[in-house]
Amino acid sequence: MRKVYLDYSATTPVKQEVLNEMIPYFTEKFGNPSSLYEIGAEAKEAITKAREQVAQLIGAKSQEVIFTSCGSESDNWALTSAAHWKKAKGNHIITTKIEHHAILHTCQALEKEGFEVTYLNVTPEGRIDLKELKDAITDRTILISIMMVNNEMGAIQPIKEAAAMAKERGILFHTDAVQAGGNVPIDVEELQVDMLSLSAHKIYGPKGIGAMYIRKGVALPPFLHGGAQEMKRRAGTENVPYIVGFGKAAEIARLQLSEHMERLSRLRDYFIAQVQERIPYVDVNGGMEHRHPGNANLAFNFIEGESLLLLLDYNGISISTGSACSSKSLEPSHVLSALGVPVEKIHGSLRFSIGDFTTKEDLDYTVECLVKIVEKLRALSPVSAEKGWN
Amino acid sequence: MAMYNDKVMDLFMNPHNVGEIEDADGVGTYGSPVCGDMMKISLKVNDGVITDAKFKTFGCGSAIASSSMATEMIIGKTLEEALKITNKDVLEELGGLPGPKIHCSVLSEQAIKAAIYDYAQKHNLTLEGLKDYDPNASEEDHHDAFEDGEDE
Repeated sequence: MRKVYLDYSATTPVKQEVLNEMIPYFTEKFGNPSSLYEIGAEAKEAITKAREQVAQLIGAKSQEVIFTSCGSESDNWALTSAAHWKKAKGNHIITTKIEHHAILHTCQALEKEGFEVTYLNVTPEGRIDLKELKDAITDRTILISIMMVNNEMGAIQPIKEAAAMAKERGILFHTDAVQAGGNVPIDVEELQVDMLSLSAHKIYGPKGIGAMYIRKGVALPPFLHGGAQEMKRRAGTENVPYIVGFGKAAEIARLQLSEHMERLSRLRDYFIAQVQERIPYVDVNGGMEHRHPGNANLAFNFIEGESLLLLLDYNGISISTGSACSSKSLEPSHVLSALGVPVEKIHGSLRFSIGDFTTKEDLDYTVECLVKIVEKLRALSPVSAEKGWN
Repeated sequence: MAMYNDKVMDLFMNPHNVGEIEDADGVGTYGSPVCGDMMKISLKVNDGVITDAKFKTFGCGSAIASSSMATEMIIGKTLEEALKITNKDVLEELGGLPGPKIHCSVLSEQAIKAAIYDYAQKHNLTLEGLKDYDPNASEEDHHDAFEDGEDE
């Protein structure tokens, strides 16, 4: 059976060139970068190179990039350490309602410690209102964290403008760029953010390795203590092969960025047009203008997302859904809720995320399957366009 | 998908008794698309015995599989027998559902009750099994009965 992977926002396969670079660092080049003899120095050199490669992807200086174990660690570190560090100045944090749980749950943990958090709304297009951000800032605000690209519906936020507001008021600014890395251009000098989270496995690198950009001069205290690794900012023996893989993936992502974006958005737009042409009552969640090039989040009215997901999976197609029934919590997607998508439509929303190995044939096959599956489930459903939602 | 057993998957893929009975003797609906699942069931009743049942369900795989199983279980039963069928019986027949999905089997139990209630109302019947049935009970309740798990 044909296998079609359309969940690149969940994770990506490791590219062969990336894996090839990693392999020697598991076996013959296994040294600890902190050791002074040759294989230690060799490993250290590999990290230096990878740091430069990741820095180049985001327009940073090499020493501003710290490797972490994942994007979630970077997010936890940025928020927790910044909040504790600036506590004397105030206890107010601003973020958005559509952040990843690595941010939202960290904020909830900080709230339990006594910090106050403002969660900004988003428009139906999925973007924050800069005026609302401006109004939310108080003299007690110490940190603003706004994701660059949303993982569910791909909205790209006005980070440059938001970071400028923070800078003007002397407030630390963090952005979760895990979905943005390798998918939209990032230049930290232009954006003027203080901290930025990245992850390797969203850009065809390995899982279990992330990075944090910390602007030079921002003395963010460490989160992990216990060693002098990573310029004394993140303890723990470096995961050399994964760091090497992240570096290579970042290099490829940087060199292919414009081609990647152009190809993905062309395929994505084709896919959405085909689905809407062939299947009635399908809405696009979120705006198309400021959007991740490979993201299509579609609401299939009158049917439920998990049953769609199961039937697509049966046909070899991997996608995600915003349906409550697919999440163990049974809560519908907080992101689509924040967009104002009615709950009954959230239950029938699917996220298709297109990536470098997606072909037009994959999408044609997916559309063919969708036509049949949606028809089948709509025949089973007690609600319809004719009968209404009740 | 490994999440469901073969029986549940088979009933989801090939559900039995799908549709609406045109001249139904009793019709019941439970849930709503807002809750994430909704079942509509129609019955044919002859001499106090359910001779046919058809359903339409908006919901996940386990909601559809439970609907199919529940309709199969009530056909041939008397109204009182059908009212005794609980979500646990449906679950047992299905060979179990994953923890967070157990509430989906409540959907069919409640939809069956609603359809039999409709029949009883139309025929001025007092049924022992409907003694504690409240047709206006909150339809959100079946979700609240189970504790939420982790979000990711």
